[in-house]
Amino acid sequence: MDLCLSDVSHRYGELEVLRGIDLTIEAGQIVCVIGPSGCGKSTLLRLLGGLERPTSGAVLQIGAPPPDCLNPLTYVFQDFALLPWRTAAGNVALALEDQPVGRAERREIVADVLARTKLSEFAEVLPRQLSGGMKQRVAIARALAVRPACLLLDEPLSALDSQTRELLLDDLLELWLRERFTACYVTHNLNEAVRLGHRVVVLSRLPGEIREIVEIDLPLEERKDALASLQVQQGRLWELMREEAMAADRELADV
Amino acid sequence: MSEAREGARGGGQAGSGEQAGSEGQARAVPFRGGGFAPRPVRLVAPVLFVALALGWEAGSRLGLIGPLVLPAPSEVIAAFWRLVETGQLWLHLGASLQRLLIGWSCGTLLGLLVGLAAGLFSLGRAGIVPFVAAFFPIPKIALLPLFIIWFGIGEESKVATILFGSFFPTVIAVYGGVDNVDRGLIRMGQSFGLSRLSIVRKIVLPGALPAILSGFRISAAIAIILLVAAEMIGAEYGVGAYVLLAGNLMATDQLLAGVAILSMLGLAVSWLLGRAERHFLKWRT
Repeated sequence: MDLCLSDVSHRYGELEVLRGIDLTIEAGQIVCVIGPSGCGKSTLLRLLGGLERPTSGAVLQIGAPPPDCLNPLTYVFQDFALLPWRTAAGNVALALEDQPVGRAERREIVADVLARTKLSEFAEVLPRQLSGGMKQRVAIARALAVRPACLLLDEPLSALDSQTRELLLDDLLELWLRERFTACYVTHNLNEAVRLGHRVVVLSRLPGEIREIVEIDLPLEERKDALASLQVQQGRLWELMREEAMAADRELADV
Repeated sequence: MSEAREGARGGGQAGSGEQAGSEGQARAVPFRGGGFAPRPVRLVAPVLFVALALGWEAGSRLGLIGPLVLPAPSEVIAAFWRLVETGQLWLHLGASLQRLLIGWSCGTLLGLLVGLAAGLFSLGRAGIVPFVAAFFPIPKIALLPLFIIWFGIGEESKVATILFGSFFPTVIAVYGGVDNVDRGLIRMGQSFGLSRLSIVRKIVLPGALPAILSGFRISAAIAIILLVAAEMIGAEYGVGAYVLLAGNLMATDQLLAGVAILSMLGLAVSWLLGRAERHFLKWRT
């Protein structure tokens, strides 16, 4: 299943957030979206997953999601969005409770995704007892539980410290190599973008438009050993973003 | 920096003296933190309470406090015992508890439903909030005569007063609590395709629970106040009726025994709610 934004614009009242976005996310690819803070990256993601309706233009699914998929468009949020009153397993189970899966199957799926995210021993732990990295792992496990056709990741590593971020980045890479999921990955961290993205979309400051789409041809599994060439890519992206970021930084917030 | 200043002040002194001075000046950084963190100290309250009772008893025995103005604690306890022995206590307390339970639970249940409606739906909010603002400040005791005209002098008017009194604070607590539920969590529920009912049941209600429970504390206190007020009009049994009768007979020992029962009733309710909070809000620190 591909996801496609066709001439999408969005405004909140007077404020124009996105303008004329055309973008296709092809199956099996990770598309990273970068841009200065407050440039409508998160709005773009909310539009993609149907949490918001674009003011104009269309968000399209091309092709049917795989038949075993329970929730085709699934988010991973920056602030984890875990229910503090439920254990790790309970939080994962929540995503399955309104789906047509029986109790036994639900238990199986929960155990399976917790194992895949190396969380089995934390199944009965409440979120407040978990570190930030562990919380995000629970959220990733929850997202995997519904067998998404496309993962929508909204700055998933931004709330974590840099060591944890490295660890989780490796986990995400490993996960992709195993499962080849489709994803739209919003971030303001260029390093994450060049390490995970097949394509990197650079947005301008408000109103967000696509400035450039950079293809990174290097296969994900080889990127670990090609840090120098990634550095070059990252430098190019930064050149693209620098002015926008500076201008965005000087703008007054008036929301 | 301090060394440099020391040197400058030392002026003509020899280099060795300067060195000794900077070493000799070593002193502990003055402590400026601490405080503003009261900790529970267990024994203070019981000791104070006992001391107060003993002082009061002594004052009565020595004739400093007139027996009619304020009977000695021992007499109050004796009056309380008479209540227990004659079985009157259960009669009065039973009648009161029944009114309290029916009135408060119905008022709370209605308050929950109406508060949820105000918290979840624009129309509900637009319709409910102004009415709550208009009715909440009315002392419900002022409405008691009206309720007596509507429902008669019997149980109904008393229960209605308590119901009305506990309804409004619950509505306010519930819709305030619903407002404060993390929208991110609700968005998450929607993104996983949960039904509206599931979102309300599994995300909104648990998220609003802390506010709802503290609303219960307020509504329970109001319910006890209204209970006594309602029982002072045309009730045969009930703690309020007992207190009123004792007052009319100038039996201040019985009056104070009744007041003590009310205080214990309040303590019991708040203890129960504390237990409920600890049980349902375990997930908070």
